[in-house]
Amino acid sequence: MSVTKDDVRRIARLARIAESEARLETLTGELNGILKWIDQLNEVDVTGVEPMTTPVKFALPMRDDVVADGGVRDKVLANAPKTEEGFFVVPKAVE
Amino acid sequence: MSDILSLSLEDAAAKLKAREVSAVELAEAALAAAQAANPALNAFSAFDAERTLAMAKASDERLGKGQGGALEGVPLAIKDLFAVEGVETAASSNILKGFKPPYESTVTRKLWDEGAVFLAKTSMDEFAMGSSNETANTGPVTNPWRSRDSNAPLTPGGSSGGSAAAVAANLAFGATGTDTGGSIRQPAAFTGTVGAKGTYGRCSRWGVVAFASSLDHPGPIARTVKDAAILLGAMSGHDAKDSTSLPEKVPDFAAAVGRSVRGLRIGVPKEYRIDGMPAGIEKVWAQGVDWLKQAGCEIVDISLPHTKYALPAYYIIAPAEASSNLARYDGMRYGLRVDGEDLLSTYENTRAAGFGAEVRRRILIGTYVLSAGYYDAYYLRALKVRRRILQDFEAAFEKVDAVLTPSAPSAAFETGAKSDDPIAMYLNDVFTVTANLAGLPAISVPAGLDGRGLPLGLQVITRALDEETMFAAGAALEAASGFDARAEKWW
Repeated sequence: MSVTKDDVRRIARLARIAESEARLETLTGELNGILKWIDQLNEVDVTGVEPMTTPVKFALPMRDDVVADGGVRDKVLANAPKTEEGFFVVPKAVE
Repeated sequence: MSDILSLSLEDAAAKLKAREVSAVELAEAALAAAQAANPALNAFSAFDAERTLAMAKASDERLGKGQGGALEGVPLAIKDLFAVEGVETAASSNILKGFKPPYESTVTRKLWDEGAVFLAKTSMDEFAMGSSNETANTGPVTNPWRSRDSNAPLTPGGSSGGSAAAVAANLAFGATGTDTGGSIRQPAAFTGTVGAKGTYGRCSRWGVVAFASSLDHPGPIARTVKDAAILLGAMSGHDAKDSTSLPEKVPDFAAAVGRSVRGLRIGVPKEYRIDGMPAGIEKVWAQGVDWLKQAGCEIVDISLPHTKYALPAYYIIAPAEASSNLARYDGMRYGLRVDGEDLLSTYENTRAAGFGAEVRRRILIGTYVLSAGYYDAYYLRALKVRRRILQDFEAAFEKVDAVLTPSAPSAAFETGAKSDDPIAMYLNDVFTVTANLAGLPAISVPAGLDGRGLPLGLQVITRALDEETMFAAGAALEAASGFDARAEKWW
């Protein structure tokens, strides 16, 4: 399979990364090179094979539904680009 | 004082306990050497001398009372992927520039609990995505090793290249690394150091900046197999904060070093003999087989038939997980923010400015293979191929106890040599990536020098939870090779 420049524009939008027209051109070539190389996976017979999402063989552990941490507002805000009176300040999200 | 920095971690810890040297003296010597070397090697991304000396002073107090942990007073370097409370932790990326975590990673917490002293943060490929340590926001790291016939700067490998360079140059007694496709073992091979990772889940990922969560393995880089075993032991253990952390008891890894390997069955996989492999690597691999045979091991030819599909499967799975993990960098709660006209363009501008070219490329691949219409053809198929690779190992481990391979398909290459060709760069991990996909313990041990005087490594892979056999076989290779070459100091 291969991608067109329009596909790459759409993917970059989905990934929330601004890419210039010139970069989209370069990326299309690069991604197609990588996808072509990846296409060799089609040679593998995977009939009846269970997908493997993790090497861990046990079920995800459960823990008690209790508060284990918290009360550290200033620490949470310490690395924020913009804060005011104990809140994150973000761009307008609702018109 | 510079001589003491060339000791093994084990010997340094013994001298500290015997009070032949103080932790403050050692910390001062290591700091001075690291800071003096940094303009040339660029291995370190952040220092905090005040913290280093305060920790060393506290170690001296404990040692003075006859107390202290296994690593008491030993200065260690920490890859910039591990959160160290109050010290810049940026994953060598502009998007996290200046980020000071208000918490400590579990792995570093465990090291400090054993008395280790923080020396510095080490530079890495941005977000651990790379094999040459050229994409850090602090610039490329230079390998302390040089070819006999040229002074051209060589890469230390990556992504834990800063850690490997620091240990190889005797600037730290050991360092933390992370290995997602080979990022501990390939730089260890390139720098004549030992690099190991345990079974997936041995070391907690809590407080480690996420790249590809199902593949990320923290582990140590050290100068001897014993040192690597001591460090991995200290870093391992169950952690309730990481849901994939293994609820298993940690064996005494260091005790396995020096254990007899007589009667061990060693598998030699034919698929690891690849086209265009340098003769020096063929030679050192054959030498390794011979060493283990002489130590009493039984050598068995094996087949791991899906090996050639490991890297292409990895380049679907790792970017897919990365695209999801890195979605958190939105410029709102921490990290860089580049304002745009509206919320969407603020996200897009922030991520375009904050991520480097390779990181963006991988996020785009990951987004594509997870997008509607392509998920089954790419992502799901790659997960099935991943299971095939695990099944290859499971079948092999019915016949053998360990697998012996080269660590990397070449020695260290010149900085910039592969920067324009992503696939050529990805091929660095051809021998290491299988152990990440299968979650198996694996170690790289220096085994010899090539024709240009550059180190080459051998890799041992073992069954899940059998790090002890990995360390025993690694130590047997180390003893037989007698490898004690060090980079000649030019920095």
